[in-house]
Amino acid sequence: MTTSAPADRLGTRPATALDVRDLTVTFRLPGATVQAVTQASFEVRPGRCLALVGESGCGKSVLAHALLGLLPGNATVSGSALLDGGLDLLAARPDVLARQVRGRRIGLIPQSPATHLTPVRTARAQLDEALRELGSAHTAAELAGRFGLREADLDRYPHELSGGMAQRVANAIALAGDPGLLIADEPTSGLDRPLVDRAMGVLRSLCDEGRAVLLITHDLRAAERVADDLAVMYASRLVEVGEAAEVLERPRHPYARGLVDAQPDRAFRPIPGMPPELTALPGGCAFQPRCLQAVAACSAVPDLEEGVACHVARR
Amino acid sequence: MLRADEITVRYGSRIVLDRLSFEVAPGEIVGLGGPSGCGKSTLARVLALMLRPDGGRVSVDGTPTPGWRQRAPRALRTSVALLYQQPRLAVDPRLTLAEIIAEPLAAAKLPRDRAAELAERAGLTPDLLTRRPHEVSDGQLQRACLARALTLRPRYLVCDEMTTMLDASTQALLVGVVRDYREEEGAGVLAISHDQVLLERWADRRAELSGAGSRPVTPSPSPVPRSRS
Repeated sequence: MTTSAPADRLGTRPATALDVRDLTVTFRLPGATVQAVTQASFEVRPGRCLALVGESGCGKSVLAHALLGLLPGNATVSGSALLDGGLDLLAARPDVLARQVRGRRIGLIPQSPATHLTPVRTARAQLDEALRELGSAHTAAELAGRFGLREADLDRYPHELSGGMAQRVANAIALAGDPGLLIADEPTSGLDRPLVDRAMGVLRSLCDEGRAVLLITHDLRAAERVADDLAVMYASRLVEVGEAAEVLERPRHPYARGLVDAQPDRAFRPIPGMPPELTALPGGCAFQPRCLQAVAACSAVPDLEEGVACHVARR
Repeated sequence: MLRADEITVRYGSRIVLDRLSFEVAPGEIVGLGGPSGCGKSTLARVLALMLRPDGGRVSVDGTPTPGWRQRAPRALRTSVALLYQQPRLAVDPRLTLAEIIAEPLAAAKLPRDRAAELAERAGLTPDLLTRRPHEVSDGQLQRACLARALTLRPRYLVCDEMTTMLDASTQALLVGVVRDYREEEGAGVLAISHDQVLLERWADRRAELSGAGSRPVTPSPSPVPRSRS
């Protein structure tokens, strides 16, 4: 399917902005296969923020890139990802994603905005270009004002912007085409805590306008501030999905519990061991080698049922 | 005592540190917070003898750093180790993790036997040690950087936003390694972070640097009793 409902994202909304089913991504390398995402299923609703959390290298960013059609040529993707109940992002042609989806229907808030921006052009030139290419009705001044940037800031080059200001410019560009779905890929890495809080506040207000937000982060406290729903990813699979407050308060999967307990305001205790290589995932539950509660049943891969993929948690 | 007396640092006409005095005692972990751009990282580099201040002096256990031009003398430099926020910018991408960890030993012409033990303590398995930086995650690379920082048994360790890029579990592990090192070697630690919750948990006492160019001297008012399991 290459067409979809007209772009009335913020008016009459479909029930789900993004409906992902069995998303699987593998990369073929010389002599190895990377199992980056395995059968991930979740949905993001308008007006809600889903945070996808997990350790670095667990497949979170690959998942985001798959949705945007930005994976390299050696990737194989299967499953479906319906945008607004219509267009399947995983089956869409590259030119459809480029001309109709990215920027217009899905906005990307990048990791490390300072390096995402082109270093030899001013913030204004880049924002103007986005507005022009997208045929947007917004103006640079209006978007700048919306994110607390002064007009003078727009005339600076990326290296003249602080981390927080570069973030605002990236936000303004992501919003230039008025997308109904925003994907924020580690938008806070390298920012200090007040800036993280402010960035999360902006994401929350974008949600409250009716946009759907998929937030990818390793920062549980940032997720806690903004997310309605939470998905915990481990070694390419979603292991727990639920309401953010519930998962953070009463995590059921042993990995999710370990991650929550490792925070400095909790037990501050690391999870023993290290995550497995995505080129050599263990048979059965991938967390089993690190899990203190593992039982015989864990030699089989647990399905995600009732929000948790764990043989022990469900008993 | 790792001590900075009346340190002044300017970048062009901008004064980043203005007659700042600061000290870290052996065996203590001092947490340093403050907003972006207030000079935390500059102070870290001054204390690690990587940046010569425009004014004032640094001394290590009573030994003043003489008027060095390019680099401080090796014996002094290696008594203070510095850990950076972004491990990828702190390693040679052509080396394996094992070589990265052993680099200071090679430079000091010392046997490399200690490297393996430190790697293990930082939670690095032998198969990871044969890889290069692009083949490991940020968390794994930072573990290697911490192991490297400890190879020459520095008397002081400066951790500049060491865990900002990392997930909670890796953060807790690395902080645990630093604490254990402090316990075993009696080393002093300067832990720099904008994360107050982390510093509260990690440091014995805390200090705050105020805005850029101002007078940021804020010795910690109340040292926290140093009791760690």
